[in-house]
Amino acid sequence: MTKEYKTITEISGPLIFVEKTEPVGYMELVEIRTGGEMKRGQVLDSSDDIVVIQVFEGTGGLSKDTAVSFTGDVIKMPLSPSIVGRVLSGSGKPRDGGPEIVPEVLRDIAGAAINPASRGKPRSFIQTGISTIDGTNTLVRGQKLPIFSGAGLPHNDLALQIARQAKALGEAESFAVIFCAMGITNEEAQHFLADFERTGALERAVVFLNLADDPAVERILTPRLGLTTAEYLAFDLDMHVLIIYTDMTNYCESLRQMGAAREEVPGRRGYPGYMYTDLACQYERAGIIKGRKGSITQFPILTMPGDDITHPIPDLSGYITEGQIIVSRELHRKGIYPPVDIRPSLSRLMNSGIGKGHTREDHRAVSDQLYAYYAEGNDLRGLAAIVGKEALSERDKLVLEFADKFEKRFVNQGRDEDRSIFDTLQIGWDLLADLPEAMLTRIDDKYIKAYHPKYAASAAKK
Amino acid sequence: MEVGKVKRVAGPLVQATGLKASMYDLVLVGEEGLMSEVIGISGNKYIIQVYEDTGGVRPGEPVKETGAPLVAQLGPGILTQIYDGIQRPLPMLAAASGDFISRGLFVDGIDHKKKWEFKPTAKKGDVLKPGQAFGEVQEQLLIKHKIMVPPKHKGGAIKEIYAGNFNVDETIAVLEDGSKLTMMHKWPVRQARPVTKKLAPTIPLRTGQRVVDGFFSLAKGGTAAIPGGFGTGKTVMQQTLSKWADVDIVIYVGCGERGNEMADVLHEFPELQDPKTGRPLMERSIVYANTSNMPVAAREASIYTGMTTAEYYRDMGYDCMMTADSTSRWAEAMREMGSRLEEMPGEEGYPAYLGARLADFYERAGRAEVLNGGQGSISVVGAVSPPGGDFTEPVTQNTLRMVKVFWALDSKLTQRRHFPSINWLDSYSLYDQILEPWFIENVSPDWNKNKRRAMNILQENAELEEIVMLVGSDALPEDQQITLEVARMIINFWLAQSAFHPVDTFCPYKKQFDLLAAILKYRDYAFEAVQKGISVAEINSVPSKDALAKVRLEAEYEPILAKILAQMDVEFKALK
Repeated sequence: MTKEYKTITEISGPLIFVEKTEPVGYMELVEIRTGGEMKRGQVLDSSDDIVVIQVFEGTGGLSKDTAVSFTGDVIKMPLSPSIVGRVLSGSGKPRDGGPEIVPEVLRDIAGAAINPASRGKPRSFIQTGISTIDGTNTLVRGQKLPIFSGAGLPHNDLALQIARQAKALGEAESFAVIFCAMGITNEEAQHFLADFERTGALERAVVFLNLADDPAVERILTPRLGLTTAEYLAFDLDMHVLIIYTDMTNYCESLRQMGAAREEVPGRRGYPGYMYTDLACQYERAGIIKGRKGSITQFPILTMPGDDITHPIPDLSGYITEGQIIVSRELHRKGIYPPVDIRPSLSRLMNSGIGKGHTREDHRAVSDQLYAYYAEGNDLRGLAAIVGKEALSERDKLVLEFADKFEKRFVNQGRDEDRSIFDTLQIGWDLLADLPEAMLTRIDDKYIKAYHPKYAASAAKK
Repeated sequence: MEVGKVKRVAGPLVQATGLKASMYDLVLVGEEGLMSEVIGISGNKYIIQVYEDTGGVRPGEPVKETGAPLVAQLGPGILTQIYDGIQRPLPMLAAASGDFISRGLFVDGIDHKKKWEFKPTAKKGDVLKPGQAFGEVQEQLLIKHKIMVPPKHKGGAIKEIYAGNFNVDETIAVLEDGSKLTMMHKWPVRQARPVTKKLAPTIPLRTGQRVVDGFFSLAKGGTAAIPGGFGTGKTVMQQTLSKWADVDIVIYVGCGERGNEMADVLHEFPELQDPKTGRPLMERSIVYANTSNMPVAAREASIYTGMTTAEYYRDMGYDCMMTADSTSRWAEAMREMGSRLEEMPGEEGYPAYLGARLADFYERAGRAEVLNGGQGSISVVGAVSPPGGDFTEPVTQNTLRMVKVFWALDSKLTQRRHFPSINWLDSYSLYDQILEPWFIENVSPDWNKNKRRAMNILQENAELEEIVMLVGSDALPEDQQITLEVARMIINFWLAQSAFHPVDTFCPYKKQFDLLAAILKYRDYAFEAVQKGISVAEINSVPSKDALAKVRLEAEYEPILAKILAQMDVEFKALK
């Protein structure tokens, strides 16, 4: 039996300071008993005589003679195949009224780094059925592609649509969805759960719920639990795992709160200096491993405070993740769904997942050409607002019209519309066909001959 | 060697007592023997940064001294390797601990069992100086590895020297004073290796990228920074440079970056060919991969470890290029350690010594006369990731004070998928003047003239665009409308270059020159036509103009370009 200490010397926000006599390991799991309740904590600083512990369930109700015991081990997640289909709390306790998870294995939730030399190269195309993703910001298996959004935008609908429609071309494989909610409202959580139930997705999902009124410190655990589960499902059970976590902004707020409680020297806007490393330790747990079947693909959602992409949370995330999907307020106001602004959006792994053998050989060129004219058309809108449409040159008028049509036909689609990649490329070609052929400078002539509607029609006649 | 005790653990920092170690000595922390470095001494309290995760380490655990600072092992077998930040080969770590990196592993930087064929180039009685080569090993098909007297060894006359197959620990030569030489020596990574004399860079480093070679060229032994917000193409640029630069050795340091990107490098480099030699790129490459989720202290060390291996190959007389992606992550590692040490922070929380550290690093680059005689060079290309894409932040600003070439990445260009998204107005190269004679002699007497003409057109274009934003392009005089069109051609037909197109990804000097000359020829014709009173619409609809767009995509471009230019002659004559 481990020793119990009743030697709390200080309680400060989510932290407690405990005097002790035995050596305690850094990051060790701590059990705190108060009344009939058991809270859990983790050692953040361990020295000879005193340790600093962060308490996940909050320090409410703790007093100086609360009993604290050290488990001698770091925090581990109990895992077994039966975890699929369960709804758990943000700290991994059952929330669906079901039994505790009977563990087959216990895994350290900190997770070790995947050896870069063991990583496989992500190259399998995932079709999400959404043109702005498949066509211009393609997702591949093992990628981490966040959605940068703002308050009041339909990022949750977009995430759900992706979770529903995502599939690899021409294969049926076992896959699972992990959903981690951090500090979202009960209403939002219900929205997700209802959709999972409606589509039957819950049967192959694991849900971790830390709601807005749950303790903030617990949020620091939630993504780690989700990712540890993801690694187990992907690399032990050979499943393709899609993990959605929302909202990373709340997670980062918790980090800041902890940093402040520990009186650390703050970095930008009060967020801790190690936030980049901390976020990297979550995001980098995506990927595939050579010689193993499963994969982890991440869809973190974060709401940019004040729609500001230079805010530390989206900024640091953008430097770690492999691209970003930007949800735009302007497009949303125009009534376009999904309101994805492709200009600042990016998928870094797109190239390895498209082209011959993955999607179609002309994919890269079509995407680049669409980008180029949509961006130019957007700039021309500003000009047209000043000098009037009539003052534009013929070429500029064409580009301006292109941008409008692009938003209405390519970007805009139904909430249940599942477009194949070929449908997406066809829409792209139809839009480009309205421009003179000489303007298609980004596309090799051989692709124009093969796919331009003008030639495709005549080729079909022959 | 003393054995101390852990007193306190907080993150990657450990405090210990009972040691006698010096500053920057390597020590082993805890039961597992985690690799660590002494970074502060205060009274009998030693402050130690741990290169591995410290979860579970307790006060009271032992701290063992090694009596030496962090060193790199230098000898044959470094090329083609993939290391973490402290020169542990990642495939060996995978063999030892599986697909996830576990802790407390010791792996040698180079294979100590492998036998290499050593060919002496010195004979008995020859007097060796420090740093002098006395033999060689064929490390890769095209790369001879010179075996040198360690720079700190005093040298002496050779008593015995052996030819044959040896591993790196076996004696290959004995000197008169009895000291034995092997093929390997160790060098502390934080210390610059000595050279005889630093030289000024005078030869361009060919990268095959038009915007770089043509406008903002880097010299062999020069330093360049690529700052840019996320998604502006820093990494693609770094990879492209590593692929196509005409250097002998490439050291690619992935410092706190993405695992999947490193996987991409590790998959691509063995498959791609060096355009100069036709051999796989991997044969001339050394990769350091310390991804963002690997321990932060090892990330801090990776820059030094990479630089030390670059210096080692430079000492053999090779031209080396080191790319560091990204120096901001390195600076952040310093900030993170600094804040845990509770140091007084400088600007934006970075330690006050940030500028000094960056200066030390970039000063290790350069072209030099090496101890062995002959010349070698290290060119450094450092990516910088400024928060929010704001170039006024400390890492960018401190870097700009050191480097001579600045490739400013621009997110506006990225959004139009204009790559490389190097802004042609903000970027600069201070090697311009120095390199001019080389281009005149080796490519064309008109190289510099054409470059300046193109730059002027782009400059004028930027001014005109502001007017166009107010009044529309049709309101401009006709010659200015031509300038707008020519600028558009330079931007889209010449500056834009696809890193993923098999031909366009690499553009030789001659082709760069010819393409630009063709665009300028069109400009001259167009101006002439305007003077004759021909309308802008007619001039712009000349078919040969649009034909210029795709010449860059052709490998055998010369006959095609000649045909287009001939057609242009005819078409402009026909305009009336």
